[in-house]
Amino acid sequence: MLLVSNNELIKTINFQGRTYIGDPMNAVRIFNEKEADELVIADIEASLFNKAPNLELIYNLAKECRMPLCYAGGVNNIKTAEKIISLGVEKLAIGTAAINNINFINEVSQRIGSQSVVVVLDVKKNSNNRYTIYSKNGSVDCDLDPVKFAKSVEEAGAGEILLNSIDNDGMMNGYDIEITKLIKSVINIPMTVVGGAGNISHFQETINKFGPIGLGAGSFFVFKGKLKAVLINYPNSELKRTISYKNQN
Amino acid sequence: MITIIDYGLGNVFAFSNIINSLNYDFNIAKNEKDLELSDKIILPGVGSFDWAMQKLNESKMRDKLDDLVLNKKIPVLGVCVGMQIMFDNSEEGNSDGLSWIKGTVKKFKNFDNNYSVPHIGWNDVKIQKSTNLFNGINDPQFYFLHSYYVNPLSPECIVGITDYGINFPCVINHRNIFGTQFHPEKSHAWGLSLIDNFVRI
Repeated sequence: MLLVSNNELIKTINFQGRTYIGDPMNAVRIFNEKEADELVIADIEASLFNKAPNLELIYNLAKECRMPLCYAGGVNNIKTAEKIISLGVEKLAIGTAAINNINFINEVSQRIGSQSVVVVLDVKKNSNNRYTIYSKNGSVDCDLDPVKFAKSVEEAGAGEILLNSIDNDGMMNGYDIEITKLIKSVINIPMTVVGGAGNISHFQETINKFGPIGLGAGSFFVFKGKLKAVLINYPNSELKRTISYKNQN
Repeated sequence: MITIIDYGLGNVFAFSNIINSLNYDFNIAKNEKDLELSDKIILPGVGSFDWAMQKLNESKMRDKLDDLVLNKKIPVLGVCVGMQIMFDNSEEGNSDGLSWIKGTVKKFKNFDNNYSVPHIGWNDVKIQKSTNLFNGINDPQFYFLHSYYVNPLSPECIVGITDYGINFPCVINHRNIFGTQFHPEKSHAWGLSLIDNFVRI
């Protein structure tokens, strides 16, 4: 999962700060070579500053990208959704717009198909130690129960849930298992978790607990070593094959 | 001339980028005139059945495509919903498809959480019949993104299947008509080889 701010790749911790990573086009080329399974590009300024998605950047990234591409950031109307799909993007991830108007999910999934509609849940524990959903790139506490919201977006036609833990973002200490369990137990559509992956064992642990689940990572694929030097990396196919779901039953 | 149909949905540019890198001449067709020199067609697709048919009809390329594919028998490769619209109709919508191949399109049933719908992700392809599309491709794996699968009336056109709770057709071939449920344009080296093989047919 790559974050774009002002056409540059950056990384955050708990959705704060901006560490410069590099040029998005370059990163796509590297992930092409490494045969990454899927790429999510999230423009974190779009919903925060009410900016429209940068269509030129999306067009260039989609053209270059040899793996499935999901775009997130500022998708809040049907015309934009159609336009971005026509540029060669497989999926759209919708966050703030779904919170503001869940009917938008009905509309967009009818038009482009559920398979291309991902709803993003940016979750964090609030001061009462309860999980809640945030919008506008983690800046607005919506006081929404993620479990209820996940069910309602599924009913509205979302094809996938992207569960993003603000608490674990950039920490590289593992996924937020607690919220993953809560959400996974109430939905039937596919789910991907992101936020906290720091090493390969985090992937295996999560699959062991939940079975087939999408495993997303940002920091883990762009930093290397204790000093977090920027180095774009990705497990090779042999290593990937070792991470598998063994049905314990 | 290889022609990639741009009817407003699908990875036209991903295909064009790949075909360009393979050094073949190609053009992108947005209207009927662009189809004049076609001797091979790629019909991409990402989206819902009704939307795809609506966009294709609006493009005014429909009649010429019917002629090229059904009369002139030009090889055509349909991808994902691009393949699904080649059939008669779909459980996903109300529109009529192109009816280039007899059959319908059905929705996956939700078996259990090991097989969530939509089917999203990488999966293996089991080749049932020898085909030039898979020349030199070992251990084929491709990217899938769909809730519906094709159900041809005639099983002879099923070339490849994939297991997702059930074995569903993921590659079909009927004379000059080819189709893949997965996205070769987004399946790294496997996809590149398949596209190369199609272009060489």
